[in-house]
This record gives sequence, C-alpha cells and structure tokens, in this order.
Amino acid sequence: MKSSKISTAMKKMIDTDKLVFEYIRRDEEGNVEGITRAIDGVDLKVEPGQFIAVLGHNGSGKSTLAKHFNALLYPTEGEVHVDGMLTEDDEHLWEIRQEAGMIFQNPDNQIIGQVVEEDVGFGPENMGVPTDEIWERVDESLKAVRMDKFRKASPNHLSGGQKQRVSIAGVIAMHPKCIIMDEPTAMLDPNGRREVIRAARALNQVEGITIILITHYMEEVVDADRVFVMDKGRIVMEGTPREIFAQVDRLKELRLGVPQVTLLAHELRKSGVPLPEAVLTRKELVEALKKCR
Amino acid sequence: MLRDITLGQYYRTESVIHSLDPRVKIVATFSFIISLFLVKNFIGYIIAGLFLVFCIRLSKVPPKFIFRGMKTIFFILIITMLFNLFLTPGIPLVTFWKFQITKEGLKLAIMMGIRLVFLITGSSIMTLTTTPNNLTDGLEDLLKPLKKLRVPVHEISMMMSIALRFIPILMEETDKIMKAQMARGADFESGSLMTRAKSLIPLLVPLFVSAFRRANDLAMAMEARCYRGGEGRTKMKPLVYKRRDAIAYLVIVLYLAAIVVLGRIFFT
Repeated sequence: MKSSKISTAMKKMIDTDKLVFEYIRRDEEGNVEGITRAIDGVDLKVEPGQFIAVLGHNGSGKSTLAKHFNALLYPTEGEVHVDGMLTEDDEHLWEIRQEAGMIFQNPDNQIIGQVVEEDVGFGPENMGVPTDEIWERVDESLKAVRMDKFRKASPNHLSGGQKQRVSIAGVIAMHPKCIIMDEPTAMLDPNGRREVIRAARALNQVEGITIILITHYMEEVVDADRVFVMDKGRIVMEGTPREIFAQVDRLKELRLGVPQVTLLAHELRKSGVPLPEAVLTRKELVEALKKCR
Repeated sequence: MLRDITLGQYYRTESVIHSLDPRVKIVATFSFIISLFLVKNFIGYIIAGLFLVFCIRLSKVPPKFIFRGMKTIFFILIITMLFNLFLTPGIPLVTFWKFQITKEGLKLAIMMGIRLVFLITGSSIMTLTTTPNNLTDGLEDLLKPLKKLRVPVHEISMMMSIALRFIPILMEETDKIMKAQMARGADFESGSLMTRAKSLIPLLVPLFVSAFRRANDLAMAMEARCYRGGEGRTKMKPLVYKRRDAIAYLVIVLYLAAIVVLGRIFFT
C-alpha cells in the first residue's frame, strides 16, 4: 500500500496527505490541559521548481507546517512526502534534510560559524563532503547570494539582511532541491527584506530550486507561482497571487492585509472607478488608470 | 561597541608563530609550563627566559601587550613572594620584630616570582597568537585519543566554539536588557553588595530565558543542516602539519634537552 503511494507522490517536491499535527498543552505541573490542533487536515502539493508562498497571521500553523517539510516535526495523522520520501522513514531522514533546506526567522540563532565562510561550510561538513569540494561549494554559494566579499567577516558585523543571505548560502551549499523559508524577513528592515526576497527569487529562476516562502508580508508573495493562505491550521485559500488578491474582503476577514496598491485599486473600484480586479503592482495600476480616462 | 570585543586577547599580525599549527602551540605551552616546574636551578631559568624572549621576538607581538596580562596577577605574585620570603625556615639573613628573612626564603621567593611571570608570559604568547577558534580545533585534535575513553571530545569542542560565537550576542543582549530596566527605574550601581547582587536578578532572568530560546532555535537550525555529531563529519579547514610545525617541535625538544642537560652539567 505504501509503495503505491510513493510512486504517485514521486513527481511532487512536497506532498502532504491529510496532515494533522497536534500538541499537548501542559500546565506548570506537567498535567495535560488540553490538545491543540496546530494543523488540521492539510493537503498541499508543490511541483519541483515552483515558487510557493504560504500566508497566514500569527498562530495560523504555517511555521508548524514548514517544520514538517524538513522532518523536524512528524505528523500526528496523515503523511508528508518530500521528493517521494516519507518523512517518518528514518532511513531517509538525512537525505530529506539535505534536499529540503530550511531558513529560520532569527538570523542570529541559525549561524553557527564564527566566520562567514565557516558557517556556509557547516552543512557540507556534516554531510561528509570532502574538503576540496566544501571549498568549491562555499565559493559558489556565497557568490549565488552575492556575499563573497564578506567571506572572512564575522557574522556579528553583518546586517540582518546580510546574515540571512549567509544562512541561505549555508543551505545552498548543501545542494538542496527545495528551500523552505520560515518567515525569513520577519526581523529585518525593509532593505534587508528586499535583499532576501531578491536572493530567493534569483535562486528559483536561475538555479531552479523550489522555494517555499512562509510569510505574512503580502508584498513578498506577488511573484509567487502559487499562494496558500492558512488559518487555524487549515488551508483556506489557494491560487495564483492574482486570484488571491482579488478577494480583498476575504483576506481582511483572515486578518491579512493586501499590498497597498491592491488595496487602493480595490477601494477605487468600490467607489465606481472602472478598474480590473486584483491590481498587483504600481505599474499595473498606472496603466489601468490611464485607460480609464 | 560591544560587537567589537575580541575574545581571549588575539593580536592580529603575521608572524611565524601566528602561522604555526595550534596543536604545536598548545604542546609547546604545556611543555614550557612543565619545564618551569621541573627546573630547580638558575641556569634552567636563564634558558627558559632566553626561550621566551626568542618566542616573543618571533611572534612580533609588542611586549607591551604581553605584559598587560601581568597586571591581573600582580597581586597574587606579590602575595606568593611575601609568603615564601617570610615563612621559609632556614639560615636567617635579616630579623626584625617577629619576622625573619632566610637565605632559603629569599631564593624561593625569587624563583617563585620568576616562575609565575614566565608562566603567564608563556601562556599569553599562545593566546595572543592563536584565534579562539583555532585553539578549540587544536584542542579537539589533541584530545582525540580520549574518545576511546568515551570522552565526548567533538561535542565539547563544538560547545566551546558555539559559546564563543554567542558571547558577543549575549553581551549585546545584556546591554539591551540593562538599558530597558534602567529606563524603568532599575538601579544597578548603588547600594551595598547585597542589594547590588539582588538588583541583578531582573537582568539575569530575562537573559537566561532568551539564552534558552536561542539554544533551542540553534539546535533546530543545526539539525536542519544535517548535524548529527562528530561521526562521519569532514572538515572544511582540517589541521595539517607543515614543515615549520616539524621545526617547531624540534625546537621544543631541543629546549627541553638543553634545560635538562645544562642543569645536570652545572649542578652535579
């Protein structure tokens, strides 16, 4: 039964099947207070090479979901396949972690090395890559995120955006097929945010790495191939960014804002200006307004 | 800025000593310290002194930096010397009131003084010319035989290097918490020792909470990057002995031989 499932999941980068994750809440003495269902029946399919965004406000279960893709958490019910491998299968654990790299929110808490290049080499070192190849991988990864100038620097001297790019380089050096980014920009200033998103997009387009971006910033998902919106552990909306942003009122219900431009267009439309639904960029809005005259 | 603090006291320059393998430097420092405790005569101290001067010259570290470390032990040095001076029984040289200085006491005090000064100088040459990172690597490699006795050598050295990486981050955080508490009227500077110690509690509690949170995050990030202990791990910067390291080992052996042989010749 299991083998048939793997063969159908083969083509997908990530495939979750009725995924449920529950954790037990305990009070201070360790007595069970109750069970929280953080993820409630999620079916999510990601094709190789896609740029996926997962949206949701705090506590919607999006980070918990992300940790399943890297076998950091295991489902209570249901199954997760990464590139055809079942995450609960211990045999494939390290393969999964190599293929599906992960970037976390706090840049300080995921850099291990005291020098940028040493940190980038940490993943390949753990995988047992020979020394010469580690150096090659470090070189190419630092170049891919344009941090090669800082290779000898101490991470403590870098800005948040730069640190996050070093973390990305550390994951690229493991030659992953997919990178899961768990709110990589939440602690960064607008400049840093732009740097990181640009690096992610470049990796997707140039190297063909599947990107799963988990975020609550709407601006970052505009270029995604597919957007999933989560609420209370379920996927409540799914579609292209344009399809999602067309539903401004529904997003507001879910306590998610839309990009300013989209909101402006939406309000104008409501008050009678003949604009198309779901305007995503400033350029689009200008074009649309010109047509109105 | 707190970010810029250097750990240990690494002095950045290019020299033969700087470029030596950390293992050589650790072995050299230990042999030097052991030699200091074995030496019982002045010839030995002269050789040790010459050896020190030779190393300082080679390391290109300004002597000022080396003797800076001496300030911290100055007090201990004086006390040790005084105790030795007054409390050693033997042939009295000077006597006043209840105290007497003996010939043996004088000799022992001077020896003790020289020994301590050499000890500190010797070990600061090592810390001044080796980055903390390199030192941990060297220690890990030297302690490898202990793995057979189930000593978690790799884990210890990994913990040391993580600690080194997080010290500046936690310092910065301490500073931040301190300012936040001060803005709300906390006073860290006045009062008796007890009240000052107590006033540190609102500083330490949030600091510990945050340290644990960071540790948790870091553990997860390490696991996500396939970390599974030292087994099957390769190194990006493996320690490789070069020619100069062999020469350095030879110099150490020569030094030890000179101390033993010359000591025998002059004092038997």
